[in-house]
Parts: sequence; structure tokens; C-alpha cells
Amino acid sequence: MKEGTKYKIERFFKDFVIHILLIIVSVTCLFPLLWMAGSSLKTQQTIFSDMSIFPKNPMWGNFYLAWTKGGFGMYFLNSMFYTVTAVFGIVIIASLAAFAFSRLKFPGKNILFYMFLGAMMIPLPGSFVPLYVLMTKLHLINTRIGYILCMINAGLSFSIYLLKTFFDKMPVELEDAARIDGCSKIGIWWNVALPLAKPAIAVIIIFSSLNVWNEYILATLIFSSKSLMPLQRGLMIFQGIHITEYSLLMAGMTITTVPIILVYLLMQRHIIKGLTAGVIVG
Amino acid sequence: MRTKTILQNYLFVLPAFLIFSIFYIYPFYKVFTLALCQWDGIARFDFAKNFIGLRNFIELFQDKIWWSAMLQAGYITLIALTFQNALALGLALACDRDMKGGNIYRVIFYLPPVLSEVVAGLVWKWIYDGNYGLLNYWLQNIGLSNLVTDWLSNPKTALICVAIIHCWKGFGWGFIIFLAGLQTIPRQLYEPAKVDGASSWQMFKSVTLPLMVPVFILVSILTVLGTMQVFVLILSMTGGGPGYHTEVPVTRILASMVGSSRFGYACSQGIMFGAVLLAVSFVQIKLSKYMKQA
Amino acid sequence: MKGQYRKVCLFFILSLFTVFLSIFLASCGPQAQKKEQVKSIKIWHWMSDREEAFLELARRYEKETGVRVNFELYAPSDAYTQKVRAAAQTNTLPDIFGILGEKRYFASFVKSGYVYDLTEEMDRDMGAWKNKLFVKALAVNEFEQENSFGVKPGIYGVPIDVTNIQMLYNKDLLRAVGADPSNPPKTWKDLIEVNKKLKANGVHGLVSGWGEIWMIDCMASNYAFNIMGKDKVLATIRGEVSYTDPDWIKVFDLFREMRDEGLLASGIVTMVNKTAEQLFANNRAAFAFNGSWCVNVYKGMNPNLNYGAMLPPQVSDKYPMTIWGGAGSSFMVNKQSKDVQPAVDFLKWITDAPQQIFLSKEAQGLPSNKYSLKDMPMVLSQFASAMDNTTHPNVWGVSEFPAVIEAFNKGIQYIIIGEKTPEQLAADIQAVKEREMAKKQ
Repeated sequence: MKEGTKYKIERFFKDFVIHILLIIVSVTCLFPLLWMAGSSLKTQQTIFSDMSIFPKNPMWGNFYLAWTKGGFGMYFLNSMFYTVTAVFGIVIIASLAAFAFSRLKFPGKNILFYMFLGAMMIPLPGSFVPLYVLMTKLHLINTRIGYILCMINAGLSFSIYLLKTFFDKMPVELEDAARIDGCSKIGIWWNVALPLAKPAIAVIIIFSSLNVWNEYILATLIFSSKSLMPLQRGLMIFQGIHITEYSLLMAGMTITTVPIILVYLLMQRHIIKGLTAGVIVG
Repeated sequence: MRTKTILQNYLFVLPAFLIFSIFYIYPFYKVFTLALCQWDGIARFDFAKNFIGLRNFIELFQDKIWWSAMLQAGYITLIALTFQNALALGLALACDRDMKGGNIYRVIFYLPPVLSEVVAGLVWKWIYDGNYGLLNYWLQNIGLSNLVTDWLSNPKTALICVAIIHCWKGFGWGFIIFLAGLQTIPRQLYEPAKVDGASSWQMFKSVTLPLMVPVFILVSILTVLGTMQVFVLILSMTGGGPGYHTEVPVTRILASMVGSSRFGYACSQGIMFGAVLLAVSFVQIKLSKYMKQA
Repeated sequence: MKGQYRKVCLFFILSLFTVFLSIFLASCGPQAQKKEQVKSIKIWHWMSDREEAFLELARRYEKETGVRVNFELYAPSDAYTQKVRAAAQTNTLPDIFGILGEKRYFASFVKSGYVYDLTEEMDRDMGAWKNKLFVKALAVNEFEQENSFGVKPGIYGVPIDVTNIQMLYNKDLLRAVGADPSNPPKTWKDLIEVNKKLKANGVHGLVSGWGEIWMIDCMASNYAFNIMGKDKVLATIRGEVSYTDPDWIKVFDLFREMRDEGLLASGIVTMVNKTAEQLFANNRAAFAFNGSWCVNVYKGMNPNLNYGAMLPPQVSDKYPMTIWGGAGSSFMVNKQSKDVQPAVDFLKWITDAPQQIFLSKEAQGLPSNKYSLKDMPMVLSQFASAMDNTTHPNVWGVSEFPAVIEAFNKGIQYIIIGEKTPEQLAADIQAVKEREMAKKQ
């Protein structure tokens, strides 16, 4: 009994120290976000003179103004569509490939894998013009599918690498058991590999959706119709060459940040639960 | 193996390969040819007329500013590899414990990556500001007013300040990957150690660490790639200044491409940069294989 | 297990099918709209702060003439530049577009046959169109006889506004140190004197966006013109005068002096102009070096700011003080466009007085039309009156190597942070210059 109390006290003390450290880091993470939210309630005049986080006369109208002036309604739907389709594509295509690289045998496997890996490492800053020429030739310029394919391509290498790392850790016994049960390769991929890699897939969904959601430069290159543009285009309205409408920009950014935090909230649960549920399925 | 099986296996990689070959290999080939040309990015491109051989690369080898930019990016990367990843791992381990309220931290630590660069830039500039900055204010209050300086325009502090912001903005990524990695370690593996009365440090060393090696490699490679290619943050914080003190490869590439319209030179910079990153990653992968065996 | 496999396959195929179907449907939408018969012209621009005003003008134009004008915005300007260059490679430029950056790039566009020569249009009816516009604004879009770029002489662009870059001074802060707010410092000595008093009062001297290096270039160029005159500056660019010339060292030394005197706001070397504008608008600096667009910026941040515009205080009275100015933004007509004439007609309309007055009111800028300077705020008319003192690298007919410009501007940053002396800098720039000249031969 005595030992139990000692253990409890020790644990309480440890947790306390850890909490303090975590809280310090948390404050630095939360502060800019609060500043952004607070600034979105100020005016252009008070934003850099009023130093309080939450202004005395909050301008709730800023959100409405930002939404209408930035034309967020249409952009929002576009961005949702691009994010959902591109992330879906990345997860399916990358997990198929990663599964093959990790579990299947075929000639040229290593070369192919290192090719994907190499793509992640060699940035192509000059590829803007060739890409535009290519998209025009393929008649993919100013189309949604062209943009989505580019976004899938952008997320592929990283996702394949990440998933391969996790598939490699998958116990071979589970795979064998599934095979004895009469599972085909695609069945193993779906029933064994994917559930086991759930945390990794959650990570890919989190990262890819953030990337697609925040992408803007490629969109300006590929799209010319305003009706196809993603959400970030709406924010550009507030960032002129000479004038930045700070409070509206902050309001717009607050609006655009919320969905991506929601995605994270939904996905991070899977990072926590992780494995145990998955092992039994196979 | 039967041919059918091999073909079936190829089918798994096919979608990825198709997209990749269309959207990566063609631009890659083009960039490679452009690197051998002198072209302003505007005039009609004519390979025969614009071809200058390896002159871009020869010039690049002698470009001192380029190599110092590379070193500076390397410096930021070194800080990120150690400081940022240690922070990410520490926080991931702390959050992996069954703790009251542990959940909320998981959410908070991912906020910096989500945050717009614009907001991050504005807030950090305000912290670092020489006159009205929070950092100087705190330093004065705790009696360290001799440390007060203009953090971002002092050549001695600018680079480290930028590196700190980068680490702050980036540790969330590593944190999540570490957390996901920790979840794949079955809890049962800790049971025998617990029964033996092992301390948490011993458990970490004997159970967690060996199983996490692949994840460490993953995170370290991603950190190197991500940090070496940093530029948005640099442009918004210092614009590469003062002088060339915070220039990194990508800002130099942009300067050649947009600033001075030397498209061919920019492409040769891109290829050189890619070659360096490939070499570094190759060394990392080799090292990790060695570590796994050891 | 077999059944499950089939289910998986079915699910997979179905989901792929829905994805592609939805993409297909979604991408068909906008294309179907294009079938209308209305005459329309397409304009690509980068001026996000003028988007609303442009859309309003497009509405008015369609009402008046029945021609639809589609303004398409691509921002920030770097992304815009890339898009225009990429589109040029595939012959998909719109009817009207803008070219950003140095004159060399403009020349390259013209030489590759992307830009319509407007000279004839400008000269028609005794130069009716040309005479409406500010000469200095047109000059930026003009290629003179025997220009060094090898472009056929002519006017290739239409300015839609004008800007210039000057000094601004805060009247309240000057009054607080006993200086006459209606009589700001005219000479360098006066400026240094006033700054001493300001410093004693704990106020910053000068703020400017010197982290964006072109503003350093602008300031240095102003004083180079003042100290050695236009001819010598141009001779330096042509390679006939060395950057190690005492006059150039005098120019670089001004920056050392500004630093030593504590005239420069701390952090100025990495400051972006938007930060500099915040400081000046909130009465934290007595002087700012900024362009005429600032009037609108300050108005948004602090409508009560009490300030005026002036020429930078002169160092020498040998040559006049010259500032950078000219067309703020210009539009070019695509030579390969099917609708050259409608595009030209629209540009004529947008540079007419009513539209120019509207644009300058909306954006608080200076109009490119000489006859639109009505009911302007005091400070703006101060800017307008300084147009006579302006020059711009784009009208010099010669251009410096980008590498030299970079070495020049970054080098001045080194002087400000105290890592180079003016003499060292001069030698460094000259070395770069000689290297570039050797490369060209």
C-alpha cells in the first residue's frame, strides 16, 4: 500500500513537471493564433496600435466583409473539392505503391523506389514553364483534373516513403495468416496493410490536406477562370502590392484555418488509437 | 515467379508511376536541358541557339554567394536536426504517456504548421523588433539589457533567429510522425520490462529506441529536405539580408530566375542543389542501414 | 474472404469512378459558358488592390460599348510574372497584359513578337492619345532611336497611372523639436541637424523598406544624380567610368554617414516597406522614403497623420535632385491577339479623363492622364508636382547588369551593418562589373 502511494506521488510530480513544460511550448504555439483571431476583430487603424489581444470594440463584421469581399463562398467549395479528391488519390495510389515496394517482388523494384525518393529530394524550381507547356499540350490547363493530378503528384513521393516505412514494420506473420485464409494480394493490402498503417495514413491525410488547402502558386499557373480558383485566391485580394488590409486578411485567414484544424482534430484520434484494433481484423 | 504474378505486382505501382512520369519526368528533362542553355525565360526558346554547354555549371562552382547560401542552409538544417527533432521527440514521448489532459497538447502542437506564414512572420517580427520587440522588452526587464539588439538585422544574430522560427514552425511535423511511430509499438512489449521494475529511461532505451530507428531516419531525412529548401520564411523575415547573411539556395535560385531572368543559370542551380540533397540523403540512408545492423 | 475481396474491388472501382465523374462534371461547367457571342477581351493583371475598381470600369465599359472586358487577377506579382512568361512560351497570352521588371525584359518581349507596336495609334489625329498622357509615364514604355536593346523604336505600352518616390516628413514630430513643419530640411546638412534634435527626443529619423533592395537602389541613384549628374551615371553604366570614382564613393559614404548619425531606423536593412509604413503612419519616425502610393496606405492606417512630401535633401547644388518616377503600371497589347483593335480601344478609354479620375480616386494614386489632376489631396498634388524631377532606369536607354545591381544594393546593406567601408564596396562592385563585362565579350 505504501509503495502504491509513493508511486502515485512520484507519478504526480513527474506529470506536473511535464505539464509545465508542455504548457510553456503550448503558449508559444497558441499565441500567434490568438493574435490572428484577435486582430481579425480590429480595424486597419487599431491593428498595430491596440496591443490588447481581444479588442474592446470587436468588429465582428470583419468576418462577413472578408467572406463577401474575398468571394469565399465559391472558393471554399473549390478548395474542399480539391483537397478531398487529391488527398483521396494520394492515399490510394501511394499506399498501393508503398505496399508493392514493401511486400511484393518484381524486377526494378529498388530503382523505381529510389526514383520516387529522388523526386522528393530534387526540387525543380525551373519546372514552372515546362509544366505550363506540358499542361497546355495535354489540354489540362484551366481544368480541375489537371490541378488535382499535379497536387497528387506533389504529395506522392513523401507518402510512398512514409507508408513504406510503416509497412516494413508490419509483422510478416499477419500477412501469412491472411494468405492462408485465402486472401489475395489486394485483399492483404486492404484488410491487413491499410488497417495496420492507420496512424501513418492519418499522418498523410493531415499533411496532404494542409498542403493542398494552402496551395496557391500552382493554382495561379494552371487556372485562369476565377470560378476554378482555390481558397487562397480569396486571401490575395487583401494583400495588395502597396496596401494590405490587415484586419480583413486576418479574418480571412481565421476562416481558412478552421477547416484544416478540424481535419487534424478528426484525424489525430486515429494516431492515438492506432494498432490494437487493426491487428485483429486480418 | 510466374509472369502473371510479376505483372500483377507491377499493377500496384502503375498508377503512381503514370502520374509521376507525366508530371515529373518531363519537367525534369526540360530543366536539365535548360541548365545547359543561356535563356532569359522570355524569348522563344531555341536549343541550338541558346546552348552554351557546361558554362552555367562552371560559373556556379565559382559562385561564392551560392556556396555560402548552401552553408547557411546547412547551418539551419543542423539546428533543426538536433534542436527541433529533440523537441519533437520529447513532446511526442510526453504526449504518448497516459496523462490527464494529454489530448489537448496534441492539438496545440500542430498549430504552428497550420498557421499562415504571413501571421507567423508578423508575430515573430514583432517579437524580434529592435525597438518595440517583446524579446528586448523581456531582456531589459530581467536585467540583461546588454543583450538587447536588432535581432533580424544584426548579422551575428539574424541567421540563428531565422533558424529558431523555422524550428518552431516545423517541430509539429516531426511531432506527429513520432507520435504515429510510437503508436505502432505494441503496449505488450513494455509489460515484461515493467514487471522487472525497469525505469522509464531503461524502457525507452531497450524497447522504444530500437523500434523507432526507421522513424528516426524518416524524420531526419524529411527534416533535411524540408529545411534545406526553406525560403518563404526567409523572404518574409529578412529577404536574405542583411547583405547575404541569411540567403539560402532557394532564395538564390529565385533571384536568378525572377530577379535577373537567368533561367538557364537558375536551372543549373536547381540541379546542383538537387545533387547535394541526393548525396546527403544517400549518406543518411547508408548510415541508417549501418545503424540497423549494429 | 473471396467475397470480401470482390467487395473491396467493387468499392475501389466505384470510388474511382465517382471521383473522375465529379471531376469531369465540374470541369465542364465553365467551358460550357464560353459559347456566348458577345465580343470580349481578356486582361491579365497583378494589382489586387485595384481589382474592385477594374471590375467596376469593366461594367461601365460593357454598358457603353457592349464589349465585355474580363480582368483576371494573378497575385502576388512574382507568380504573375511567371505566368505571363510561361503563357508567352505557349502563345496563350491574353489580349492585354502587363510586363513587370526591368526594361531588358520588356525589350525581350517586344523582340520575340509578343507586343503590339502602339506608335501609330498614339500618333493618330495629331497625337490625340499621346498628348493626353504624362510624357514621363510614356517614356517608360518607349524605345528610342538606336536604343541599346536593338528594339524597333516606338511606344509599346500604355501607362495607367504614374508614381514617384520621395521623402515624407511628419509635421507634428518636426514641430515637437522646434523645426518649422512647413519648411522641411532642404539640404543634407539641415537633415543631419534636425535628426540630432529628433534623436534627443527619442524619435527615429528615417524609415524605408530597405530589406526590399530596390528601394536602396532608388535612394542611391537619387544621390548619384545629385552628386555627379546624369551623364556620369550613365557613363558608369556603359562602363566608361569606374565605380571606384570619388563621386561614387561619396554616394556610398552618405549611407555610412546616415548610419553613424543614427538617422536610420534600427532594423532598416531587413525592413520590408509595409513595416516601414506602419512605423511612419504611427508617428514613430520623422521621415520616410516612399512612393506616392503611400498616401493611400497612411490614410488607411492613420487618417489623422499630419505629413507632407518633399524631395530628398540635396547634398550638392551642382546638379539638380532627381527622383525615380514614371508609369506606375502599364498595359501592353498582345500582337498575336485576334482582337487587337478592341484592346487598343479599351486602353484608350481607360486613359480618358473620367476613367482616370475614377481610378485615381479609388486607389488614391496619380493618374497618367494630364487632365485628371482635379480635387486631389494636398500630399498627392505635392507628389504630382514633383513629376518634373523624375527619371527612371527604364528611360536611360542603357541598363546595368543584374549582378552589378545586386552587388550594389546588397553592398550598401553591408555598409549599413558596418561590414564594409565605402571604398571596399566601390572596389567590390567594380570587380563584379568587370567580370560581367568580360563575360559579355
